[in-house]
Amino acid sequence: MKKTLSLVVAANTMMFAMTSGAQAEYLDVEKDELTFGFIKLTDMAPLAIAYELGYFEDEGLYVTLEPQANWKVLLDRVIDGQLDGAHMLAGQPLAATIGYGTEAHIVTPFSMDLNGNGITVSNEVWDEMKQHIPADTDGKPVHPISAAALKPVVETYADDGRAFNMGMVFPVSTHNYELRYWLAAGGLNPGYYSEGNISGQLDADVLLSVTPPPQMPSTMEAGTIDGYCVGEPWNQQAVFKGIGVPVITDYQIWKNNPEKVFGLSKEFTENNPNTTLALTKALIRAAIWLDENDNANRAEAVEILSRSEYVGADEDVIAASMTGTFEFEEGDVREIPDFNVFFRYNATYPFYSDAIWYLTQMRRWGQISEAKPDSWYHDVAASVYLPETYLIAARMLVNEGLANEADFPWDTDGFKPATDEFIDGVSYDGHTPNAYINSFKIGLKSE
Amino acid sequence: MTITNETQFALSAAKEARKERLFARINKADAWFRVLGFSWITPALKIVAGDNVRNNARDIWRMLGVPVLAILIFLFAWASLAPTVQTSLGAIPGPAQVWEQVGSLHDDFVSNKEKEAAFYERQEARNTQLIADGSADRVKIRNYTGSPTYYSQIWTSVQTVFFGFAIGTAIAIPVGIMSGLSPSFNAAMNPIIQIFKPVSPLAWLPIVTMVVSAVYLTNDGMFSKSFLISAITVTLCSLWPTIINTAHGVANIDKDLVNVGKVLKLNTYTKITKLVLPSALPLIFTGMRLSLGVGWMVLIAAEMLAQNPGLGKFVWDEFQNGSSDSLARIMVAVFTIGIIGYILDRAMFALQSIFTFSESR
Repeated sequence: MKKTLSLVVAANTMMFAMTSGAQAEYLDVEKDELTFGFIKLTDMAPLAIAYELGYFEDEGLYVTLEPQANWKVLLDRVIDGQLDGAHMLAGQPLAATIGYGTEAHIVTPFSMDLNGNGITVSNEVWDEMKQHIPADTDGKPVHPISAAALKPVVETYADDGRAFNMGMVFPVSTHNYELRYWLAAGGLNPGYYSEGNISGQLDADVLLSVTPPPQMPSTMEAGTIDGYCVGEPWNQQAVFKGIGVPVITDYQIWKNNPEKVFGLSKEFTENNPNTTLALTKALIRAAIWLDENDNANRAEAVEILSRSEYVGADEDVIAASMTGTFEFEEGDVREIPDFNVFFRYNATYPFYSDAIWYLTQMRRWGQISEAKPDSWYHDVAASVYLPETYLIAARMLVNEGLANEADFPWDTDGFKPATDEFIDGVSYDGHTPNAYINSFKIGLKSE
Repeated sequence: MTITNETQFALSAAKEARKERLFARINKADAWFRVLGFSWITPALKIVAGDNVRNNARDIWRMLGVPVLAILIFLFAWASLAPTVQTSLGAIPGPAQVWEQVGSLHDDFVSNKEKEAAFYERQEARNTQLIADGSADRVKIRNYTGSPTYYSQIWTSVQTVFFGFAIGTAIAIPVGIMSGLSPSFNAAMNPIIQIFKPVSPLAWLPIVTMVVSAVYLTNDGMFSKSFLISAITVTLCSLWPTIINTAHGVANIDKDLVNVGKVLKLNTYTKITKLVLPSALPLIFTGMRLSLGVGWMVLIAAEMLAQNPGLGKFVWDEFQNGSSDSLARIMVAVFTIGIIGYILDRAMFALQSIFTFSESR
């Protein structure tokens, strides 16, 4: 069924390629007035850029961008059709499709970025934690900082009978899995989900709870949480406001980890194949622009993002991470050129192996309550990620002279090579999810 | 001599009469000034017309001077206290910063209008191109897709509140009349009204959201879902004052009128339109005025949660932005909400006064 669909899409495109000839022509989009949702985070940038630079209009799409209150509202509005598509957490389409949380078949033809998150703790926690972190010759803490340094702090809290709370943005968010990964790699149990317990706090050393990204700093300031994992600019915001210290970025937890995706309902892509292609083209162009000439356009992107209708935070806060640096402790600015990757390293290609990684983490922490065979992981990934659509869109852009042939992984089987660039050095190969799940010290096993 | 005296007398009598007429007119206009909230104009006019300056000046001071002074004291206190409160978004903005944001919101509006014009130009160019290419069937006029400006957000809010209020009134008045006419019906409605009246919009909203999503399936209908959700939440919360006041007004019609109605053997319809409605109107309007006030208050909360593009969403988005201007922008919204609420209340009061006047005539 899926194969036939992609063939139909391919056939449609071929027809257009033929009728329009060499000259770039608008796809005959089924629906040209679209509303896309986003959350106020810097990684919504491809949407803002595609809109502001007219890439959507170039494809004959008239798009309205609408900020959403939180990830749950955003997903619900995509499902019931108020939004045609949205900037989503990579885990959202997967979880919705397998029926964890709101059930609906959501698909994605486009990954929006790599990296871009950080973990921040309150000043009070940092002061305690710092004593357990080795310093380099300049007296600066040695990076990456392991959660092992946090462990003594959490233990003091436990001795005082206080709970150690941390915020993440959504139960199936990248941030939840990254925070859990980091805590578990440092020997702290972030707690399990089970069918009867959807708080995810069973056996937990650190209690995780949901807070919408923009409210993270104020919630930590209010003392409700002692730290959080969130996307930019909300980590840098904590430094600028002097209320907390980022301790690690997700780039250091897993180098070049996949982040947001652009989610659409399956129904939408089936009813509007050309529209899906057209918007994928526009988004690919925006991603290319964002990374072009070694991030040369980032300053302009920052100005656009700082407008109140997009991210709206102050320009210098957004610029901090978008332009390749990251400020940890106040004054401790380090170069992380790949902190926000929008196009390099095939960032926009929807890899099956990325989807499977999220599924393995859902199983590891009990969101998927029973063990599943490897084939199940592959099937789910293939039903949610749409690399065929992506490649057709890329091919059209190459033909129109708007993208380089060399920038796309034409021959990949959808799996990134096995990698061990994680903070704990565990190796991940998307072909063998169950073996991967079993390789963790803390976490449910595949049995 | 006598002639001159008489002429003078006649003259002064005529002058007196003219003055009297003038004062009568001023007093009549006074009713309107009061309704509109400009009651201080009356003593000012009286001074101009030659009335006792001292008394009227005291009135002006009381009606205009004191409020203005109070506002000035408020502004001064605000300006001097605000900078002392440090938040993580910087100090609380004073009047100057808030005023600055009024300007910046207007600038946003202007630049948005320019973008809008450019958008229509591009669309025009594309449509001309399509016609030239012989595919005129693909020509389409679309609305501008930019972000809503501050003014359009105000407009959406006003539309939403009136839509919700209109539905509410359409339900509340008939129900109120029935309750007023029939003590049994009233006894039946009373517990329901008493239980639902104090429910906060925040409690209604999730229910309304789910019901609207389930019932209103189309996405290309006249209204967007978020609009309906916030409007219906407004309805649910603003219904009650109108019902209660209408019922009260209807139940307390002059017994003589009711008896006359009985003697004339009026049918129910005539009885309601000729007897009940006219005598209950003042109270119905009091109820509606209260309802609109509640509706406006509820709307902001509903918009925040339903993400209906109005003032509530503006406040929420700015809160989420967390930029150094956000607090000042939110305060602009606070004042806008207050001023519009005041205007709505005055408008309802004016309507109410018109009917009350005709009542007393």
